Amino acid sequence: MLNYIMGLAMTETINEFTTEFHQMHVDAGAKMVLFAGYDMPVSYPLGVKKEHIHTREKAGLFDVSHMGQVKLIGKNAKKALESLVPVDIVDLALMKQRYALFTNENGGVLDDLMVTNIGNDSLMLVVNAGCKQADFAHLQNTIGNECEVKVLEDYALLALQGPQAGKVLAALAPESCEMTFMTAKFLIIDGIECLVTRSGYSGEDGFEISVHNNQAQQLAKCFLANEAVEWIGLGARDSLRLEAGLSLYGHELDTEHSPVESSLVWALSKARRPDGARAGGYPGADVIMDHIENGVSQKIVGLQPEGRAPVRDGVLIVDEQDNNVGKVTSGGFGPTTGKPIVIARIQTEISDGTKKLFAIVRDKKIAVEVVKLPFVKQNYYRG
Amino acid sequence: MTIKYSEDHEWVELTEDDLVTIGITEFAQEQLGDLVFIELPEVGDDVSQGDNISVIESVKAASDLIAPVSGEVVEVNERLNDEPELASEDPTGEGWFVKMKLSDVSELDGLMDESAYQKFSEE
Repeated sequence: MLNYIMGLAMTETINEFTTEFHQMHVDAGAKMVLFAGYDMPVSYPLGVKKEHIHTREKAGLFDVSHMGQVKLIGKNAKKALESLVPVDIVDLALMKQRYALFTNENGGVLDDLMVTNIGNDSLMLVVNAGCKQADFAHLQNTIGNECEVKVLEDYALLALQGPQAGKVLAALAPESCEMTFMTAKFLIIDGIECLVTRSGYSGEDGFEISVHNNQAQQLAKCFLANEAVEWIGLGARDSLRLEAGLSLYGHELDTEHSPVESSLVWALSKARRPDGARAGGYPGADVIMDHIENGVSQKIVGLQPEGRAPVRDGVLIVDEQDNNVGKVTSGGFGPTTGKPIVIARIQTEISDGTKKLFAIVRDKKIAVEVVKLPFVKQNYYRG
Repeated sequence: MTIKYSEDHEWVELTEDDLVTIGITEFAQEQLGDLVFIELPEVGDDVSQGDNISVIESVKAASDLIAPVSGEVVEVNERLNDEPELASEDPTGEGWFVKMKLSDVSELDGLMDESAYQKFSEE
């Protein structure tokens, strides 16, 4: 039994990075695992299920300092970044945030990221932990001559997520009330200077807070002093985003599939699409624009399996005649829905839900139904 | 009443001459986290020591229950089908997995007693 235990044991011998909150996690009794080179909390004594539900009902605090934070500085920074993403950055208004994707020459996705216009000719980027070294090099190599690429090594990142996140932050920084989803503000919280965005990865209202390492622990303690707030680990972070239907790099997104094939057309700004004001002009634009105009043979959908057995990543999806029609990109159990939930990449032609589909789990066929994402309604604060 | 333990973190309780009840230990339960699904073997299955006889799914991962002894499955804990959390909440009581009729009682001698297991799981 217990391949899981073996997995945990294996992590002990590997050289790893830690975040500024590492000791706090250990003191809180967290189960630590190696994730993207960092020794990170996968869960706390509450456990994944209760941490997940706590975030949906109250407020969860996540250490996401392993993610990469990088500033692009200079008059040409916006234009330079636009040459790497199929997203409108030039017209990104002051203190607004936008979701973007680094693409490659084949139209595949190198990483997904958040971009915030923080003024003074500066953009703040948050990229995935597992991709960050490659992203930093990519930025330096491609646009390093057009703007300064400044990696913020000394900054921590916290996410405060959940229906009570707004109330928790407002008690510490009342002006945070004015913020709506995907906007940013520099706030002083308990005397600490922070860059706060109203965003996150749980499907709930919430914030991501960038803070200098020197004051990071003080800030975390400030949030945790509110009884509505609990530390939440990476286990629940994953089940929360899965229920919210949010893509995860390496699962729904990779270098082999274009954003169109990953059902992220909504993320491609009008200005950069075939008829847009600044159409194309990013790596792989010819492929991606062709995919937008002519459609693609596969897409990302939600699947609801019958019964209780979780259907995990990599499981094959077949039709009644056992033809292979897709593959699970993320699968697990949804603590809020109380059922297994699945995101899969399947053939577009069978994605309308009229054909009977099955997941092959341990040689058994489990019926699955194509459903609309997300599994749990997103509760963003739009004002 | 003898309880023995496997290196795979299972307990085996000898209830009659050749009948045992099998489940996972408290240590295993803690490591696995919240259990959401358990696939049990069929009554009547003949299993050999080392066979995968059950699948245990937590919120995050799937693990196998490996038969700590050989024999025939004579009863399974049907309650785990709808309440897998029983194996988290009461792994050594109501969260038992299967009852087996041993084909070779001497296999029990190869398993650990409680003090040996405690030392084993602390390592």
